[in-house]
Amino acid sequence: MRFSLNPNAPDKRLLDESRRTRAMTWIMAIMLFLTVLAGALGLGMFTATAQLDRQLAGRLTVQIVEPNTQIRDSQAAAMVAALARVPGVTRATEADRARLAELLKPWLGDAGLDPDLPMPAMIDVEMRGGDVGAVERAARAIDPNARIDRHAQWLAPVRSFMSTMSWFAVGLMLLIAAATATVVLLAARAGLDTHRDTIEVLHMLGSTDLQIARLFQRRIAFDTLAGGLLGSGAALGVVWFLQSRMGALGSEMLSGVALQQRDWFLLLLLPIGFALLATFAARISVLRALAKTL
Amino acid sequence: MASIVQFENVGLRYGTGAETLSDITMSLNSGAFYFLTGPSGAGKTSLLKMLYLAKRPTRGVIRLFGEDAGALPRARLPGFRRRIGVVFQDFRLVPHLSAYDNIALPLRVAGVHESDIEAPVREMLAWVGLTDRGKAKPPTLSGGEQQRIAIARAVIGRPEILVADEPTGNVDPDMAERLLHLFDSLNRLGTTVVVATHDFHLLNRIPNAHMMRLEKGRLNDPTGALRNPPGER
Repeated sequence: MRFSLNPNAPDKRLLDESRRTRAMTWIMAIMLFLTVLAGALGLGMFTATAQLDRQLAGRLTVQIVEPNTQIRDSQAAAMVAALARVPGVTRATEADRARLAELLKPWLGDAGLDPDLPMPAMIDVEMRGGDVGAVERAARAIDPNARIDRHAQWLAPVRSFMSTMSWFAVGLMLLIAAATATVVLLAARAGLDTHRDTIEVLHMLGSTDLQIARLFQRRIAFDTLAGGLLGSGAALGVVWFLQSRMGALGSEMLSGVALQQRDWFLLLLLPIGFALLATFAARISVLRALAKTL
Repeated sequence: MASIVQFENVGLRYGTGAETLSDITMSLNSGAFYFLTGPSGAGKTSLLKMLYLAKRPTRGVIRLFGEDAGALPRARLPGFRRRIGVVFQDFRLVPHLSAYDNIALPLRVAGVHESDIEAPVREMLAWVGLTDRGKAKPPTLSGGEQQRIAIARAVIGRPEILVADEPTGNVDPDMAERLLHLFDSLNRLGTTVVVATHDFHLLNRIPNAHMMRLEKGRLNDPTGALRNPPGER
């Protein structure tokens, strides 16, 4: 049997198309819909986690808790100068006191604007690479009581949650892929039962197991691809809609979940990947079943 | 003439029951015509199934085209099956395929290019007298027409052996004689023909045919065909 993609090719007529159901296509559409959603969640979380890592990895705040404003201001100025010299530090700036007072306003009201109110000096430090320990040493050389907050430390639970969600999505995708393979195995076996008489005749006429397996694997591949494109298209539409809604929220963290061009491309590959998986599963299933016959 | 099929003490058992065929020893010569007769249930179909490699013997040795058929790996069976044409008792035409496509099936299975298929299929349709029925599907054909399509399908690949199981069982006497004539003409072209039938009227229609008789799973040899090669008789 020669195989071609021509829809009217004679080998396409060997299996009775009237006995074909569309159930497989719809099942695959649902499977791919769920897979693409899980994939989008996973990719979005991976992207957001990476962005969070990039943003937080080199950011820390040095606090100088000194009630004497003169000493505090001179320590702050010395601290900024010293930290700027530490290798890897790209920026060291003292937070604007007016801005700090603004942040405290909900709790202290206008009292926060009182220049006599003892407020710590806050120095924002951004690093690219470099040793955080060197920053700590430089800060403590000026003020042994300086407090150093690593941003990554207090956002660690958030990062951990996002990482867990990423791997949860990966697990979900693997689970759906396994379920898809199982559905294909069952469909291939059902197909063998449905077409048993034709297969027996083909065998007696000298068909090889591979020739027969190809008939099934091609049909299942087409069903999976058709259903997959349908399900993936719907899921990508949902993802695009959700992403545009998230963008409207204006949240810096949620905008990190937005899919990149590479992510969309990877999601588009999923129906093709599943079609290949289905083809392989159908081939294995049919060959194993045929091997039990003479 | 060279022996094309040899059975040596062949037995066949289905499951754990008694043997359906016992101690079958025979040798079929290339280019000869054989009738296999016997009452219903004697084991004719079972014997033919072993001959066209649908069953392996439970004991004994079957040599086909010079090789031990029982020891053939599955991968080599298709190649052997393509050398054997089979007319099944129930025709086994593929119901959703046209008569044309049913006849073309062995060529397509063998990988013959589509452009090289039409001419032999048309020739076969003409040979069995169904030129105008090429597009008809089996359920719309009469029993005799289906039988002739089955025969055309069996012979289109120019098999070395043609095996026919009760090919005249579903047709009227005139049609039976016409079908037999088709087998005879194929035999004259050099194909070894084995026809299982319990229709004794047919046996005299092929003068040079040899008769094997199966009774209760054992083979008798009333014409001596199995002891003496046809050429020496």
